[in-house]
Amino acid sequence: MQDSSFVQLFPEQASTFAWQVDALYGYLILVSLVFSVPIIVAIFYFSIRYREREKYAVPREIHGSMVLETLWSVIPFFVSMSVFITGAIVYFGQYTPPDDAMEIYAVGKQWMWKFQHQTGQREINDLHIPVGRNVKLVMTTEDVIHSFYVPAFRTKADAVPGRYTYVWFNATKPGKYHLFCAEYCGLNHSGMIGTVYVMEPGDFDNWLSGNAGGETPVQVGKDLFENKLGCASCHAGGPQQRGAKLEGLFNTEVHLVGGGTVVADEDYIRNSILNPASQVVEGYQPIMPTFKGQVTEEQLNGLVAYIKSLSPNAAAAPATKKPDEKAPAEKKPEEKTPAANKAAK
Amino acid sequence: METVGAIEAGSYGTAKLNYLNNGSTLKSWLLTKDHKRIAIMYLISVSAFFLMGGLYAAAIRLELLTPASDLFETGTYNKVFTQHGILMVFFFLIPSIPAVLGNFLIPIMIGAKDLALPRINLLSLYVYWVGGAITLWALMQGGVDTGWTFYTPYSTTFSNTYVLAVGVGIFINGFSSILTGVNFLVTIHTMRAPGMTWFRLPLFVWAHYAVSLIFVLGTPVVAITLLLVAIERVAHVGIFDPALGGDPILFQHMFWFYSHPAVYIMVLPGMGIVSELIANFARKRIFGYEFVAFSSIGLAVFGFLVWGHHMFVSGQSMYASLVFSFLTMVVAIPSAIKMFNWTATLYQGSISFETPMLYGLAFMGLFLIGGFTGLYLGALGLNVHLTDTYFVIGHFHYVMVGGQVIAYLGGLHYWWPKITGKMYSEFWGRVAAMLIFVGFNLTFFPQLILGYLGMPRRYAAYPPELQVLNIFSTAGASVLGVGLTMPLFYFIHSLIKGKPAPANPWLLPGLEWRTSSPPPTENFDTPPVVTWEVYDFGDESGLDLEAAKREAAALTA
Repeated sequence: MQDSSFVQLFPEQASTFAWQVDALYGYLILVSLVFSVPIIVAIFYFSIRYREREKYAVPREIHGSMVLETLWSVIPFFVSMSVFITGAIVYFGQYTPPDDAMEIYAVGKQWMWKFQHQTGQREINDLHIPVGRNVKLVMTTEDVIHSFYVPAFRTKADAVPGRYTYVWFNATKPGKYHLFCAEYCGLNHSGMIGTVYVMEPGDFDNWLSGNAGGETPVQVGKDLFENKLGCASCHAGGPQQRGAKLEGLFNTEVHLVGGGTVVADEDYIRNSILNPASQVVEGYQPIMPTFKGQVTEEQLNGLVAYIKSLSPNAAAAPATKKPDEKAPAEKKPEEKTPAANKAAK
Repeated sequence: METVGAIEAGSYGTAKLNYLNNGSTLKSWLLTKDHKRIAIMYLISVSAFFLMGGLYAAAIRLELLTPASDLFETGTYNKVFTQHGILMVFFFLIPSIPAVLGNFLIPIMIGAKDLALPRINLLSLYVYWVGGAITLWALMQGGVDTGWTFYTPYSTTFSNTYVLAVGVGIFINGFSSILTGVNFLVTIHTMRAPGMTWFRLPLFVWAHYAVSLIFVLGTPVVAITLLLVAIERVAHVGIFDPALGGDPILFQHMFWFYSHPAVYIMVLPGMGIVSELIANFARKRIFGYEFVAFSSIGLAVFGFLVWGHHMFVSGQSMYASLVFSFLTMVVAIPSAIKMFNWTATLYQGSISFETPMLYGLAFMGLFLIGGFTGLYLGALGLNVHLTDTYFVIGHFHYVMVGGQVIAYLGGLHYWWPKITGKMYSEFWGRVAAMLIFVGFNLTFFPQLILGYLGMPRRYAAYPPELQVLNIFSTAGASVLGVGLTMPLFYFIHSLIKGKPAPANPWLLPGLEWRTSSPPPTENFDTPPVVTWEVYDFGDESGLDLEAAKREAAALTA
């Protein structure tokens, strides 16, 4: 990892964004030099050429020049727009996870990172991922805001309490990389660090199978749903059903009491468990009790994973992550089974 | 001309009654309504806070000399950087130029006897003292560890330190800024001398007009924000903490809505000073006066529309980020306009390099880096990598220290003869300016590289491969520390043994040079009438150039 040179100037490149961010950085260095060097040369030249030769001389008065003012407003404007556009392109790549990404749950907690793979493996402060595969982290935190940052991947995203955020990457080079918490989180903030292990796919599969741990998130969620929390008493089919049907729900549009629609994404499911009264589905009574304080973040992840698993078609394509579909009004009106639209709660 | 008379009457007038010797009791200071005496009391107060903030900075750099967290407990380190930020931002950077130099000079520069609301001015000082005293009390009780940004829910629910007391201190201190802002706005609108039209105002005054707008419009928002933090902490009302039903991101919106414009509060007055220094020491009318003046207003207005660029990785909508990034790029234009105009002002000038001008030129170089690194951070894709790293630390120190502090020092040297009636040592002034410039760059340039390498900010410990650059930074901070301490000594020395300053030591046309040094309590013996254009170094300025040249020749002979 360590560069052999005396002082390292660039971090290692280990994801598909790395070259883009570095290219942007290079472009900005070029822009800075193109503008700064002439200004600095001019300052030095003028300072020497027009140094005071006679005390209290009265130099020729110059008021300004409309041509120059226009030039040095318009040219920097176009240059800054080029920076803006290229920056935005890279940013949209960084924050638009591809549909086929392998999902890993991440929970921040003062002062550690807890990860769980879809196969059930848990890790703390270490994250093992395969090289060359799209990996998406579904993140939240148990306490304060944290931020997932891997400099070698050139990406970073805050983990915010009370909601899910996402970060994704595609590692290009096997190795060990620093993982930092980048948002100040209290006493041991600088100890909230870890290592990302990027492995060859074969090694990763070995690691995954050799390390088989516990239940998968879906199994955890199923157990909670059917036994521990008793969700099934209302939400399972049959004569007992008072709550919304959850099969085929994920990623569909839901109509709410009092008008308005919302897409049933991870945040919606999470909110419906914690604050059921806040978004009641049309056709149902607000009778569900809150589960706030009764489920941990990791159990919530399990419940969300289980409910997602009830919609086998939708789960693979988390449409809500697409930025252009952020606003509920723009949602595809008829998606999946229309019957399932009367879902939730 | 009456104004010419003022120069002659004021020269070498130490025996004359001036604002400093017009009453010597403690009461005559503490109950004064004289903007100049209030400015002096502000000068002493902000210097004390600067010294304290500087000691915290020294502690930070010492801890970071080694990769391990070995000098302090991490909890102590967290308090050290938090308190460094709070003291420097709220109690030094924001008040320093407006409350000290602005307070002293704006009435004189526009030819007024005092600010429009002298009692409000005194009140603002007391409010500042009360806010400062509460904050210092909280620091002595055990301090605060939230970072100067007070991010929720850490600050509202998780921190076990004196968040509430410090919040109250900053809340109260905010009213001091608001009062100063209102006072400046009213004064600039209503108290200008006959003939002092808007376009004859020195650019220092224009910059303060823009700053006052931000003071009045922005400060209430941070006050409300801190009040809401206090309410949530005390009464557990869910505003920001999601566990109580609040939204932590809301806090960031509210905090940065003030705190980004606050960056312009810090740097705009500095730009005003630099405009004065460049024009006066090149003896040239500023190039594109109107563009420089209106670019200040442009920065003040657009500065209110870019707060979201602090939140690109917070989970805010990508479209919001897009808009904020675009506006951030637009804000670069007024700064670029100023840079180009200052450079063009030097063209065909008659440039002398006294200490204030060295600071003026240093500002141009450092602000170039400060401004460009802002562009790096405004570029969305790059921001994702750089935010919350040492690149941000490097960037805002280039703007706040390289910009604001350097300009403040330049202004302090420039107007020191006027303020105190004494000349400081030119030799030591130049030495200190050089040390500060070198020390500053050595401290903060390595931090830009560290940031790109990924060193997160607010880390007490860091990976060992980053040590070399941290050693450079700490070494630079030592040089910077020595440079910044020197003015304290030669300024105090000048008060005791300095040569008396003439009314107009540099033969400049500004109104502040047309009264004695130090000025009388009423600022002018006869109320001035302005008949000359701003930055007019020629015959029409009413200055006696021939006499000045004879005097200069006599001094050098």
